[in-house]
Amino acid sequence: MDLDHDAIPPDVPDEDRRFFLKQSMFFAGLSMAPADFLQAALAPDDGPVGNAVKVKLSLTVNGKRRRISIDPRMTLLDLLRENMGLTGTKKGCDFGQCGACTVHVDGRRTLSCLTFAVMQHGAKVTTIEGLSDGEKLHPLQEAFIKHDGFQCGYCTPGQVMSGVACIREGHAGSADEVREYMSGNLCRCGAYPNIVDAILEVKKEGTKV
Amino acid sequence: MKPFQYLRPKTIAEAISMAADYPEAQYIAGGTNLVDLMKRGIASPSKLIDINHLPLKKIEHRYDRLRIGALALNSDVAKNKSVLSRQPLLAQALLAGASGQLRNMATVGGNLLQRTRCSYFYDLALPCNKRKPGSGCGAEAGVNRTHAIFFAGNGFGGNEKSSCIAVHPSDMCVALTALDTEVVINGTSGERRVPFKDFHRLSTLQPELDTNLQPGELVTAIEVTDNAFAQHSHYLKVRDRASYAFALVSVAAALQMDGGRIWDARMALGGVAHKPWRYWAIDLMLRGQAPSEKLFREVAEHEMQSAKATTQNAFKIKLTSNAIVAALKAATGIS
Ligand SMILES: Cc1cc2nc3c(=O)[nH]c(=O)nc-3n(C[C@H](O)[C@H](O)[C@H](O)COP(=O)(O)OP(=O)(O)OC[C@H]3O[C@@H](n4cnc5c(N)ncnc54)[C@H](O)[C@@H]3O)c2cc1C
Ligand code: SF4
Ligand code: FES
Ligand code: FES
Repeated sequence: MDLDHDAIPPDVPDEDRRFFLKQSMFFAGLSMAPADFLQAALAPDDGPVGNAVKVKLSLTVNGKRRRISIDPRMTLLDLLRENMGLTGTKKGCDFGQCGACTVHVDGRRTLSCLTFAVMQHGAKVTTIEGLSDGEKLHPLQEAFIKHDGFQCGYCTPGQVMSGVACIREGHAGSADEVREYMSGNLCRCGAYPNIVDAILEVKKEGTKV
Repeated sequence: MKPFQYLRPKTIAEAISMAADYPEAQYIAGGTNLVDLMKRGIASPSKLIDINHLPLKKIEHRYDRLRIGALALNSDVAKNKSVLSRQPLLAQALLAGASGQLRNMATVGGNLLQRTRCSYFYDLALPCNKRKPGSGCGAEAGVNRTHAIFFAGNGFGGNEKSSCIAVHPSDMCVALTALDTEVVINGTSGERRVPFKDFHRLSTLQPELDTNLQPGELVTAIEVTDNAFAQHSHYLKVRDRASYAFALVSVAAALQMDGGRIWDARMALGGVAHKPWRYWAIDLMLRGQAPSEKLFREVAEHEMQSAKATTQNAFKIKLTSNAIVAALKAATGIS
């Protein structure tokens, strides 16, 4: 099987070339296996294929399986924003300090600026764009509007993604608990009291989030 | 950022042999420290070995100890039932660190190996013996408000080419230093175990080395031996804001009490030295005594006699002393 032979560009250093050949020899070995085995070899848990210049990987973003080919240095945040056009997720600090880039990876809130996209091969990612049900906003998005939980709105997608996780984790029992478990999301506009109110209200109403 | 080849081993043996084959390779777990360092050019591995798919996530109690896999997430450890019932100090320390998002990514192994937050270490334009051995220490005569107050031997400033007054930033490691912990390590020559007190290094001579882990070695687990401290342990963290900040000073106190007296005591301090600082003499000072504020004050001041301020952090000596008293009061339940 002629797998990815074109994925090794001419300017790859020798050492990487050798490694790549080792990997593709592994895949070449599989060419004699039955077709379904080959299929399995390409399943998400088998790891991305590539070298130091390009890697091929697949992941599910907002319910849709995406196959892409990227520079391994790309963070999940840059992949979402620059490559997939999902600009709802924001870049605040790019160093894990502000929470603006919060998304859910396999159901857990995560900072997309501190993980390489290639590490998320096979993962299920949900961004703010995937939270609402079409035009129908998520209950926490509604609550943010009702309680005036933002001013400029830059931190808001991260706040909402983090807030939903905070409720799901069972850490929205009191204002103090919400403040503690939402401390990874900074807001330069200082909308904190209203954000806390919005989260507490959704929690109290008991709506499924 | 320097280009790197991404590798995803599935077994421990495969990961170790990859690291042995490529000396310039680095393991990546949660990535919360390493991605940051790579973006800034402080770390530049040409091979990145993603260990997240190794079977090292388990948390289990066996015989007389709790074994926590190196890839267990900080958030999972903090809510684990065995951890909460047997080693609540560890759960408290973990929850005092970072944020909900970061704890969902950070692993136990990565937490042990996180680098200092000294701002000179992060600024490539400034001297730093830890980042660039022999270049000098920018913090010594610079901004050192958050830096160390305990040093090996005669203190800092002995040799400008090798001094480092940075502190270890982890909260989890402070709790583990107070408890009886072993680090389980795997390498090309098999498995070895290191007592927690010997895992991290003081900055003497080679500040570029934070730990005694050898190149290519993989941390596979930590093991915490059972103890009788669960009822009387307390982790106190003092920081510049109420949450989501590194410790200025932290105290992990673990006591065993019976009949209104203290029968065993352990303590470690964070934010005060190049490694989590164990207060060794505390057991001798507290054993057999009834808890009182006066006693705790004496105990705190005793350890602080060997503290030494840099140019901007004299306040930390008093702060640490007060934090020790407050942690002991909380652990013993006296007001
Ligand atoms: C904004 C911010 C705030 C923070 N606040 C706190 C805080 O208050 N308290 C606190 O304690 N921490 C705090 N942290 C630090 C955080 O706890 C660490 O970054 C985290 O624990 C590192 O774990 P990781 O799995 O992400 O490691 P990685 O970033 O993946 O790796 C870190 C290092 O460990 C090595 N490594 C990882 N696993 C292994 C292994 N099994 N064997 C051998 N080597 C390994 C890697 O090669 C790398 O050198 C904060 C971090 C950020 C970004
Ligand atoms: S204290 Fe250590 S880490 Fe900071 S500048 Fe000095 S040598 Fe570098
Ligand atoms: S952009 Fe990721 S935490 Fe700030
Ligand atoms: S609304 Fe402006 S930063 Fe939060």
